[in-house]
Order: sequence, then structure tokens, then C-alpha cells
Amino acid sequence: MSYLIIDGVSKSFGTFQALNEVSLNVARGQIHAILGENGAGKTTLMNILYGLYRPDKGQIFLDGEHLFLDSPADAIKHGIGMIHQNFMLVNSLTVAENIILGLGQGLKRIDFAAQHERIQTMSSEFGLEVDPGAPVWTLPMGIRQRVEILKALYRNASVLILDEPTSVLAPGEIDAFLEGLKKLQNAGRTILFITHKLEEVMKVANRVTVMRQGCVSDELEANKTSPRELARKMVGREVAIRIHHRSREPGARRLQLQDLVVLNDRGIKAVDGLTLDVCAGEIHGICGVDGNGQRELGETVAGLRPLISGAISIDGMEVGNQSVKERQRLGLGFVPEDRQGTALVLDYSIATNMALRAFDRSPASRHGILNLGQIAQDALRLMQRYDVRARSPQQPVRFLSGGNQQKVVLAREIDARPNILIVMQACKGLDVGAIEFVQNTLVDLKMAGVAILYVSTELEHVLEVADRVSVLYRGRIAATLPIAQADNEHLSELMSGISTEVAA
Amino acid sequence: MKARLIQVAYAGRSIWAVLTALLCASVLFVIAGADPIQAYVTLFGEAFFDYFGFGATVVKFSPILLAGLAVALPLKAGLFNVGGEGQIYMGALFCTIAALFLPFLHPAIHLPLCIAAGALGGAFWAFIAGWLKAYRGINEVIVTLLLNYVGINLVSYAAGGPLMEEGAPYPYSPEVPTALHLPYILPPTDAHAGAPAGLVLALCLALLMRYTTFGFAMTIVGNNAQAARYAGISVEHQILYAMSLGGALAGLAGAFEILGLKYRLFHMFSAGYGFDGIVVAFIASANLAFLPIAALFLAGLRAGAQLMQRAVGVDSTIVDAIQGLVVMFVAASLALRFSDSRWGRAAAQRRADEALAGSKELKHG
Repeated sequence: MSYLIIDGVSKSFGTFQALNEVSLNVARGQIHAILGENGAGKTTLMNILYGLYRPDKGQIFLDGEHLFLDSPADAIKHGIGMIHQNFMLVNSLTVAENIILGLGQGLKRIDFAAQHERIQTMSSEFGLEVDPGAPVWTLPMGIRQRVEILKALYRNASVLILDEPTSVLAPGEIDAFLEGLKKLQNAGRTILFITHKLEEVMKVANRVTVMRQGCVSDELEANKTSPRELARKMVGREVAIRIHHRSREPGARRLQLQDLVVLNDRGIKAVDGLTLDVCAGEIHGICGVDGNGQRELGETVAGLRPLISGAISIDGMEVGNQSVKERQRLGLGFVPEDRQGTALVLDYSIATNMALRAFDRSPASRHGILNLGQIAQDALRLMQRYDVRARSPQQPVRFLSGGNQQKVVLAREIDARPNILIVMQACKGLDVGAIEFVQNTLVDLKMAGVAILYVSTELEHVLEVADRVSVLYRGRIAATLPIAQADNEHLSELMSGISTEVAA
Repeated sequence: MKARLIQVAYAGRSIWAVLTALLCASVLFVIAGADPIQAYVTLFGEAFFDYFGFGATVVKFSPILLAGLAVALPLKAGLFNVGGEGQIYMGALFCTIAALFLPFLHPAIHLPLCIAAGALGGAFWAFIAGWLKAYRGINEVIVTLLLNYVGINLVSYAAGGPLMEEGAPYPYSPEVPTALHLPYILPPTDAHAGAPAGLVLALCLALLMRYTTFGFAMTIVGNNAQAARYAGISVEHQILYAMSLGGALAGLAGAFEILGLKYRLFHMFSAGYGFDGIVVAFIASANLAFLPIAALFLAGLRAGAQLMQRAVGVDSTIVDAIQGLVVMFVAASLALRFSDSRWGRAAAQRRADEALAGSKELKHG
């Protein structure tokens, strides 16, 4: 007997279909995992269940009752609680204050002693030990998460939705968290657990729904499946790969990364002992599920993020402590992942953005004086060459489409004549035509002898352009394969951390 | 065409805000029992169309303009310098020390040194806030604001202690040598060369920000610090430059007050010019080219107030109320943006449609 039923739910945003006829059956008191890659629609589905979005089509039943959820308040009233990826806590308040916040005590005095006691009882009942009097900002992430869960339980949640709960946790905290989930289950709560990590599913889930591109690709019993099967269902059908395979004999080793260790913004190791190299005239593709250290890797090599330990060398020269500018001078180009926040100044014109990284050199300027005429002229030339569609070089890049913005970035980086180019998520958000253009441009560049590190979470794109493929998993290279030996299924297993093999 | 006109009207929204503020202030005149039209005619007539009145306006124009630049320039790098007042005091202090204690120099060398000392004093005061912002992440608004009081009190101490003239009835320093006085420009009024110097500086800075790599780097930092890092610009250095340069300008204002007008370091000598600078930078939306116009307006308002009090019989403090209204209306007008308006949205939509149509044509064609 299903406790929670999601029946044929569809949702689109503009022309993008995020969910297509998704159905889900969850039995009472179970841990039900929802597995899928980024963009598979997991979070959209859960937001619908929590009343944040209204579905275009489909129904939701809880314990036989047909639910119409207009807001999170509705969802909470029906006993559905959600723990978001980014915690919704007031850092300056204590644990107890956060838990009772917004529960409408009117003007009555709050009896904090009684509340503390109640929270204490609850936390020991569910095995979620916290100090009710501690200010939230003093707590590590793992404990903050407990506070979030307690907040939902305090509101009598019988169904708990956890969105990528382990992504914010340090490795040591994850096991304790998974144990905690089992305790919650034993206490009769139903848990929906969104993740893209296979091993977590295998450890705690009773049932798994695998999603892919807005559809349910399968629903299975966790103890009757294998990580291998799950990985295959998650990545899906064999992709028809349009390989742009023009290759050439790779040249000298241009970029070498040795045992890199880098922290993310939260101070947790995001890159942890990574070693790889890129040769002239090759595209070294890095695939991996998002959040395995891609962003940190790119930023560190470009000089935007401090290197904790390890070595980065360009043509044999150690540059780990060099400035962005110095690395640029040595021929390093960088197309960042964050196009609008890092690569471009949105309110500036196309021309200015094209000059963003070379403004202090000839021909953009001489002796500190900008040559605005030259900058506009160069911009026009690059716009034609890279097919940037805009009315004039003076148009702010804010008004360009994603594809045209990316072309501006690529044009600028390529025009600087790099020896080494690092390209992050080059095709994110682009249409088919723009993807084709970007990929062809990169392959041309490779044929001209540039060493390219191509980092993407989209496996298909990596396979389309790369000569060698490395799998990034938990901040290190799980395996490196020549493109001829790289098959989709094997790579997707490696990306999910099932098997680790050392470079071929 | 209509949208274009409206866009221009939006660009001049500070002017509308000022006019609205003056309109509202006319109610205050009525309450005070005066004819607002006559009051404004006297106020601005005296301030701008009377030789002596204009001289008084120019006297105030110099420090207000420089203090305005001291706010507007760091604002280009995204920093809010509310410490102009303290920087003016420190500039005056350094300048006075240089004027009184550097002996036996030809005035042609001594005078520039005194001016440079003033700029250095202001720059030093702002540098403290800049350094704390760049390397310790401490909010520059708080630091500059609090350093105002430190600067003002340091001058009070100096003028009443080590620098105090013997036998002076209240805290002030000895007079600086006559050879160091700035030349008058509108004799016999007090207007001195500080005003044209400020104008030239404003122009130079506008050109600097627009046409040099230095200004380019600074405005990128103000627009998107992460993109600036990516472009190889040291955000920390730019913060130091922007704050120091802003402080130097306020310090100049202090130096010119000493060398052009007061000839002595008095305690509490500035009439809040540092804060007027914030108002002026706001009115000009931190546009360096508009800044002199805004500064002239405020200087006129201040200078005309005294004369109006005598002619119309309304207390000159009403000008403080007018200034308050101007600030409120200008601040409110900054929230109105063309791109958010009905017309702006329509224009953006049209652009998007055009772009879409363009790309479709190219695909099919």
C-alpha cells in the first residue's frame, strides 16, 4: 500500500520540459531514494511536492488524500517537511530559536526552558544530538543539518524530503548522517532522499527511482539491483556520438598538475591529490558528476583560488604561486564556468568585455592610455570571425543570448593566442548550433597545437571532442583513458565511484 | 523616438528630484511666512547673479567639489567613502605643519609642498580604511565614518596644543606665511584659486577614469570584483588606490581651506563639507563630469542662504531642510531606473525580438 503517490506529474519552464509524466509510489516508513544526474528533474519534483511549484499536470496523494499544495505552509500542514541543500537557518539565533521560529506564539512569552527540554527529548529520540542553546553559527555543517531535520520533525513532518543532503557534509559526517536516516525510518518517518551518489543509495535506501531528463527511467528495489545497473539507468541509452575526430600526434607536455589540493568556499577539500597533464595538440577531457571539484580545479589552475599543496607547471615552469596575469603571460587561457559572474562584466559593452583581459597591453592601450577606437575595431573583427550576433560592439553583453555571450568569452581567450586553454562547462545552456560551433572552434585550436583541458559534466560533450578522457571523482582522477577505450557505461560507473582504476 | 525621449528624461532624474525637493521646500517657506518665489529668487539671484554673492558661492564651491570627488571616485571602485570630513581635517593639519615648519624654501617650492602635504594627509587617513577593507574585509563605511571623529579631534588637539598660537583666545595656529596664500580670483571677494584647481582636477579625473587603463581597472573592480580578478587585476591594490586617491582629494580641500581662506588651522574649521560631498556625489550619481554642476548648486544654496535670511527674513537654517529634502528625493530617484520602467521593458523586449528574428533569419537563410 503506497503512502505517498505522485501520479503523472509534468512541469515545464518556458519551452523547457523539466518533468514529463513522472509517477512515484512511496510506501510508509521507507527510505526512498531519487537518483539522477544534475538537471534530471529531481529537485523540481521535490519542489512540487513541497508546494513551491504547481505542476502543470498530474496529482499527488498522501495517505489516500488528494493534495493541492499552494505553498510550503500547505505542505507542512500535511506533514511534508523539506531539508534544502542550502540551509534555511538564522545563523545568529540559537538552535531552539531556529526550531520554533515562525510557529506563531502570538504575544505570549516563550518558555525557553520547556522548549529546550522538548527539543532535547526529540533529539535523543531520533538520535539527532544537538545543544538547543548553541547559536547556529558556531555549529559545523553536519549539526546544522540536524537542526534543519529537527525543525521539520518539530512541525510533525511524517514525510521528510532531503535534497542532496550529503553535498554539504565533510566525508566523516556522511556516515553519521546515513545512520541518522535509518533511525528516523525506525521511528516511522517516510524519507525521500535526493542524490546522485550511488553508494549512498545502496547503503540506506529501500527503493530507488532513477530519473533521467525529466522522466522516470526506472523504479527498483535497492536490494535487488547493483550499482552497475543503477549507473547504466542513470546515464541512460548509448549516446550517438558525433565525434569531431580530427586528431594529430600530441606534442610536448605543456600543462602539468601534480598532487593538487584545493579547498572549496566552505573550506572543505574539493580537489584532493589530483594529478594530470595536457600536451600540445590534444584535448584532455575531464568528465565527472558536478560538485566533484571541477570549479575549484579550473579556478586554481587559472590563479583565482589559492593552491594548498601540489604543483602546477606550465612548460616545466612552476606557476603555483604566480598571479593570474603572470600565468596569462605564459600563455594560459581560461574560460570559466561562471560566464556571467566571472568571465564577463554584464553591464559593459561587447568591445569592453573583449578587451577585459588584455586592456593593459598593446594594442588595446599604450602607456596606460586606452585606445578605444582600436578596441572597438578589434571587437568588430572578432564578432565577425566568431559569429557573435549583436547590433554593435557597443551593446552591453547583458542583452546577448547565452550562446553569444559564450562566443564573446571564447573569442577573447582565443584571440590572446594561448598555448594552453582551460575550458569549463563550455556548452552549458547553449543550443545545438552554438555547441557545434564551440566544439569545432576548440578542435581547430587543438589542430593548431594548443593544449586544451576540457572540463564538463556532460559526458557526451566530453566524448565528442576529447582525445583522452579522465574521470574526476571526489577531487581526484579516478581513471584516464584514451578516447578509443572510453565507453559510456564504463565511464559512468567511474563517475559514480563504483570502480577505480589507475591511468591506462 | 518617444522611448528615447523618456530615456533622456530618466537620465536627468537627479534634476527632477532637485526641482521636486525645491517645490516641496516652498511649503516650508509658506509656513515660515515668506513668499517662496521671492525667497528662491533672492536665494539663487544672490548666489549666482551678484558679484559678491557669486564670490561667496565660489568660496564654498572649492571644498564641496573636492569633497564630492572624494566620494565619487572610490564609488567607481564600489567603495563608499563617508570619511571626507576627517580627511579634510587631516589634509589641513598636514598642510599647516608643512607651511609652518618647513623653513627657508622658495614659495614656488614651498607652496606645492604644502598642497602635496595636504593631499598626503587625506590620503593617509583614507588609506587606513582602504587597507582594512582590502586585507581584513572590514566595512569601509564604518571605518571612514569613525575616523572622521578621530581626525576632527586630532585637529582640535593640535590647534589647542602643540600648534596653538601663543596668547590666542581660542584654539588656532599661527598664520601661514603670506607668500603661501593662494591667489584671489574674484577680488575683492574671498574666492581663491582652489576653485579653478578643483575644476581642472575634476576634468582630469573624468578623463583618467574614461581613457586610461588605471580608470578601466578601477571601474571593473566596482562593477564585478570576481571578473576583475579573472582579468588579472589586483582587487586589493585597486581598493587602496581608490581610497587613497579619494582621501587625497578631500585632503586637498582641507589644504585649500587653509592656504586660500583661513590662513590658520582652526579647530572645527570645516562647515561639514565632507558630508556635503556625499550629497553632491549622490546628486551627480557619481558622474565625475556632472559633479561640478552639483557642487555649484549646493555651494550656491549654502552661500545664498545667508543673504536670503537678511532679505526675506527666513532663518538660513531652512537651507539645511532644503538640503535634506534634496537628499531624500535624489536617493528616491536612484531607485527609478529606465530599464525597470514600462518603456525600458518594452525596449528590451523589442531588442530581444530583433535578436531572435535575426538569428532565425540566419538559420533559415
